[in-house]
Amino acid sequence: MNLACLPITDFNLGPEALGALMPMHLLIGADGRILACGPTMQKLMQGKPLLGFDFFDVFEVRRPSGLGSLSALRARSGGRIYLNARTMPATGFRGIAVPLAGGKGMVINLSFGIGLVDAVRDHQLTDADFAPTDLAVELLYVVEAKSAVMQELRDLNLRLQGAKSAAEEQALTDTLTGLRNRRALDLALAVATGGPRPFALMHLDLDFFKAVNDTLGHAAGDHVLRSVARVLTDETRANDTVARVGGDEFVILLPGLTDPTKLEQIGQRIIAKLCEPIPYEGQMCRIAASVGVTYSTAYTHPQSDEMLNDADQALYSAKRAGRGCVRLHGVPPLADPQLAQA
Amino acid sequence: MHGLINRSIQCFLRDTYGAATWAAVAREAQLGFDNFETMLMYDLALTDAVIDAASRLLGRPRDTVLEDLGIYLVSHPNVQSLRRLLRFGGVTFADFLHSLEDLPGRARLALPDIDLPQLDLIDHSAADFTLICHSRLSGAGFVVVGILRAMADDYGALSVVDHLGARDGGEAIMITLAETSFTSGRRFDLALKAVAE
Repeated sequence: MNLACLPITDFNLGPEALGALMPMHLLIGADGRILACGPTMQKLMQGKPLLGFDFFDVFEVRRPSGLGSLSALRARSGGRIYLNARTMPATGFRGIAVPLAGGKGMVINLSFGIGLVDAVRDHQLTDADFAPTDLAVELLYVVEAKSAVMQELRDLNLRLQGAKSAAEEQALTDTLTGLRNRRALDLALAVATGGPRPFALMHLDLDFFKAVNDTLGHAAGDHVLRSVARVLTDETRANDTVARVGGDEFVILLPGLTDPTKLEQIGQRIIAKLCEPIPYEGQMCRIAASVGVTYSTAYTHPQSDEMLNDADQALYSAKRAGRGCVRLHGVPPLADPQLAQA
Repeated sequence: MHGLINRSIQCFLRDTYGAATWAAVAREAQLGFDNFETMLMYDLALTDAVIDAASRLLGRPRDTVLEDLGIYLVSHPNVQSLRRLLRFGGVTFADFLHSLEDLPGRARLALPDIDLPQLDLIDHSAADFTLICHSRLSGAGFVVVGILRAMADDYGALSVVDHLGARDGGEAIMITLAETSFTSGRRFDLALKAVAE
């Protein structure tokens, strides 16, 4: 170490001056006994063995390991050491030991290191327990200021999350396909059941979609769903409501259309289109679809839940009938020519 | 102006005069939103608009509104964290005054983009001080006056704090300490968890 100093004579620091400069220092005699300590060290060790005791009986040097004697400590003089008081295992210290002039004994100055926050809490330390040059209080300040800022950020995130959920709640679009979502369908259906105009409800479910997802991956699955959305939009009118209501489930609300034959034709046309292979990154994705249909003129008082349920039942019949077909609610399965063939 | 400062003004108006008053101030100031967000930045003009609107609606001079804001920031139970952060400035009120110049630097440790007023302290004697406050917000010195008066109480120090008007390109504040330990003041523990509040 390069020292900058002029020739010094009669240079001596009394215990009080040492304590003011280094409130956590220990003065160790040539025999290894603790002769004096700073005021903060005294406060920490209140009621515990300290003055007059052997340094290595009171403290355990944890690192560098093997430092068990004054001569070993002197050999490490000037380096950083990590230690604990044997009576206070929870409070770690780090420090530096230097020999006294004349080679008789050593001074060890200690600090709490990174355990400062816990130490201040556990030992109820105040500003006065740290040297004015020590940045310990600034560190505590930063810890507390940072916690306050983090709390603010957490609150902000919660508010943003709430706003995002609310926005999603109010949204009417399925983000993946751009079709209407379940909420939009419910709204359209409520308007339709409350109005004078008859309408049909078509429930469509993809067949073999899971196989595409499983073999070609979710990106392929998403691509297929977007292609399906395009087909459904192309094959319906602008004022029809096409909604994606589940993973691979779609419901179409067709105002002004209740003719069973026409509805079946639309369903068949959609199924035919969906059976065409969909190219994805050099692979062909093959799906099909089943369709269940119901229409408002079949009811005295059309209700949303009942009609959705009936369309779902019709879809179930279509699935049972071997997929890839259209079933109308209320048409007995046995009377159905397609099922008779199957 | 930093959202933290704007949000403080909002909380001051809400906690002191009620949510309806804050809503009325936000409308009067034509903010276009209901709440300031602590961690966002806003145009300084919005801050001025809010203070002027509050002054009009409450029928109180702008300076008084700002001074009340300063007192609120230190003494209201809802903003204990700021009082605690200020108490880190020193063991005595005089120590605290000497630490004021560090305040913007300390604040930047936690929030690098915060624009607190720059404070220059001149100590004429151990008991007489002049503080020059430089801020983009006109009247920021009155907030500082409110903070200093409330902090003197917090430390239990008897003091006189007065706004002297514009000086040296900022606002001058005179502080006279009559007695350094007037009362015992409020307790302050360095460790947050040890505080029984």
